[in-house]
Amino acid sequence: MMILSGDPPKSRVLTLILVVIILALAATPFLFPGAKALNVAAKICVFAALVASYDLLLGYTGTVSFAHTMFYGIGSYAIAIALYGMGPNWAAVATGIVVGLPLAALLALAIGLFSLRVAAIFFAMITLAVASAFQVLASQLSWLTGGEDGRSFQLPGLLRPGTVLISRNLLGFEINGRILTFYLVFAISALMILALLRVVNSPFGRVLQAIRENRFRAEALGFRTVFHLTYANCLAALVAASAGILNALWLRYAGPDTSLSFSIMLDILLMVVIGGMGTIYGAIIGATIFILAQNYLQSLMGVASKAASEAGLPLLPGLLHPDRWLLWLGLLFIASVYFFPTGVVGRLRQRGGERSAGASH
Amino acid sequence: MTELAASDPLPKPKRDFAPVLLPIALALVMIPLVGSPSTWLTLTAASLAMGMMIFIMASGLTLVFGLMDVLNFGHGAFIAVGAYVATLVFAPFAASVQADSLWVNLAVLAPAALLSMAVSGALGLVVERVLILPVYGQHLKQILMTTGGLIVAEQTLYALWGPQIIPMPLPSSLRGSFIFGDVAIAKYRVLATLIGLAVFVAIQLVLNRTKLGLLIRAGVENREMVEALGYRIRRLFLGVFMTGSALAGLGGVMWALYREQVHASMSDELTVLIFVVVIIGGLGSIGGCFIGAILVAMIANYGGFLVPKLALVSNILLMVAILMWRPRGLYAVTSR
Repeated sequence: MMILSGDPPKSRVLTLILVVIILALAATPFLFPGAKALNVAAKICVFAALVASYDLLLGYTGTVSFAHTMFYGIGSYAIAIALYGMGPNWAAVATGIVVGLPLAALLALAIGLFSLRVAAIFFAMITLAVASAFQVLASQLSWLTGGEDGRSFQLPGLLRPGTVLISRNLLGFEINGRILTFYLVFAISALMILALLRVVNSPFGRVLQAIRENRFRAEALGFRTVFHLTYANCLAALVAASAGILNALWLRYAGPDTSLSFSIMLDILLMVVIGGMGTIYGAIIGATIFILAQNYLQSLMGVASKAASEAGLPLLPGLLHPDRWLLWLGLLFIASVYFFPTGVVGRLRQRGGERSAGASH
Repeated sequence: MTELAASDPLPKPKRDFAPVLLPIALALVMIPLVGSPSTWLTLTAASLAMGMMIFIMASGLTLVFGLMDVLNFGHGAFIAVGAYVATLVFAPFAASVQADSLWVNLAVLAPAALLSMAVSGALGLVVERVLILPVYGQHLKQILMTTGGLIVAEQTLYALWGPQIIPMPLPSSLRGSFIFGDVAIAKYRVLATLIGLAVFVAIQLVLNRTKLGLLIRAGVENREMVEALGYRIRRLFLGVFMTGSALAGLGGVMWALYREQVHASMSDELTVLIFVVVIIGGLGSIGGCFIGAILVAMIANYGGFLVPKLALVSNILLMVAILMWRPRGLYAVTSR
C-alpha cells in the first residue's frame, strides 16, 4: 500500500505556487516578525486542513453540507472545555481529543444515516437546520460552553509562549512554546491534507467520484452509495474536528464566533470554490488567498475608501469600507462558480494541459 | 378499480386530512400542559400570527422549488431587503406612524408594504436572470450561486444602511392588545393573522380557480408535458419567482414590525426557519407549507413557554419527527 497519494499537482505553475506557500508558512516564525504574521500563518494551516476536508464532501461526493462548522466547533469546544475544566495538562488535551473526535464522528454518522438517503438539496437544508440548532445549543448551555463569551484556557507548560526551548544567544532567535505550537499546527495540518489526498486517490475515492457523477449508475454497479457517502461524511467530520482542536490550541480560546458561526461556514464555501473543488490542493490555495485577503485586503480597502470619500464620490466609500471586504469576495465567488467552476487549481491545470498537448504536436 | 359509467362524475381525488388535524391536536394537547386557559389562548393566537408571517415568507420558496426544482438559498435576502425598504418609507413619515389614528397609520403602512414588495419582486427578476438562469438544472451550482447571492445582498445592505440595528416602531394604533376577560391578544398579531389568511386564500384561489394556477400546478407535476403543450414555462417560472420574492419582502416588513427592528442578519435567522417549514410541508406544497408554518410557530411559542431553553432546537426535533412519519414532508407533491 502506498503511503503518499501519487497525485501530483499536475501543473508547473501550481507546483511552484504550492511550494512557495508551504515554504513561506514553514519559515514564517523566522521570515516575518510579529504576532500577526504568525497568527495568519497558523490560521492558513488550520483552514487549509478544514477546507480540504470540506472538499472531500463538496468536491468529491457533490453533497453540500452546511454543518461542517459544527464538527469544527465540536473539536474546538471539546479541547477548550477539557483544558478549562481539568487545568493545563496533557491529560486534558488527551481527554479533549478522545471525547471530541468520536463525538463528531458519531454525529456525522447520525446525520448521514438520517439524511444522506435523500437528494443533495435536502441534505443541504437539513444540515443547515441542524447546524443552527447546534449553535443555539452551544450558546444556551453556558455552564458548559461559557455561552456567548466562550471559554479561554491555558495550554500545558511546554506550549506556552513563556517557555523558552532554545534561547536567543544560541541561534540568534528564540524558539519558544508559541513557535512549537505553530509547528504542531503546521505538521498536523500537513499530515491531514496528505491523508485526504491519499483517501481521494484510493479506490474508495474513485467510488465517491462515481457517485458524484452519477449516483444511480454507481448504485447499479453494486456500490452501497449511502455507506460510501456516510463514510466520507464521517471522515470529513473527523478532520474538521481535528482542525477545530488545532484552532482552539492556537487561539487558547473557543467561542461561537471563532468556531461555530454561520459566517465561518460561508468562508469555507468561498475558499473551496475559489481554490478549486475536487482537487484538495485547491484548499491550500483557497485558504491562503482568503485569509490573506481577510487580513491584508481590509487595510488596502481602508485606503481606497478614504481616497474615495476625499474625492467626494457617492456610495463608493461605503462599498469600499474595510468591513465590506466580504462583499467583494462574494462577487468573486459568484464569478468563479460561473466562469471557472474548477477554481484556481482547475484553471492552472487546464493551462498546463493545453501547453503539454500543444508541445506534443 | 371499480368500473365507471360514462355519466358518472369523475372520482374525486382522495383528500388527506391527517396533516390538517396535526396542529389542532397539538393545540389541544397543550391545554393541560400550559395550565391556564387564558395563557393558552394568548399563546395560540401568537402561534397563529407567527405562523402566518412565516408562511408568507416560505410560500414563494416552496412554489419555486416545486415548479422548477430550484432551491433558492438566498431567499432570506428578499426578506431583509423588504424590511429595509420599508424603513425608507417609515423614516420620513415618522409623525404619521406615531399618529393616533388607524387610517393615518395604514396610509403609511400600506405604501411601505407595497413598495417593499415591488423592490423585492424586481430584485427577484434580477436574481433569476443573473444567478439562476445560467446554472439552471444544476443543483450544486444553484446552491453555491444563491448562497453567494445571499452574501452579496447582505453585505450590500450593510454598505447602504450601515451595520447597526434600525428600530422600526409599530404604528401607535397597532400597539397594545384586545382584552377579552383575562385573555390579551396583541392587535398587531390579529392584523398579521388576517393578512396571512388573505395571502393563503389568494394563493389557493389563483392555484385552483384560474388557468394560470392550472398551468402552475401542471408544471409542478410534469414540467416537460406543459412545455410540450406549447406553454412557455420559463416565463411562468419567472412570474412565480418574482411573486415569491415579493411575498418574502412583505413577510420581511411584517416580521420587522413584529420584532420592531431591522437588521440584515434577520435573513440568516429566518432562512433556517423557512427551510424547516418547507421541508416539513413537503417541497412544492402550499398547503403543507401553511400547516408546517403553523406547526413550527406553535412549537416555538408553546416550547418557549414550557421549556424556554430548547425553543430553537425543538424545530429540529419536530422536523425529525415529521420526516420519520412522512419522509417527503406532510404533502409530497413532486415526484422528485
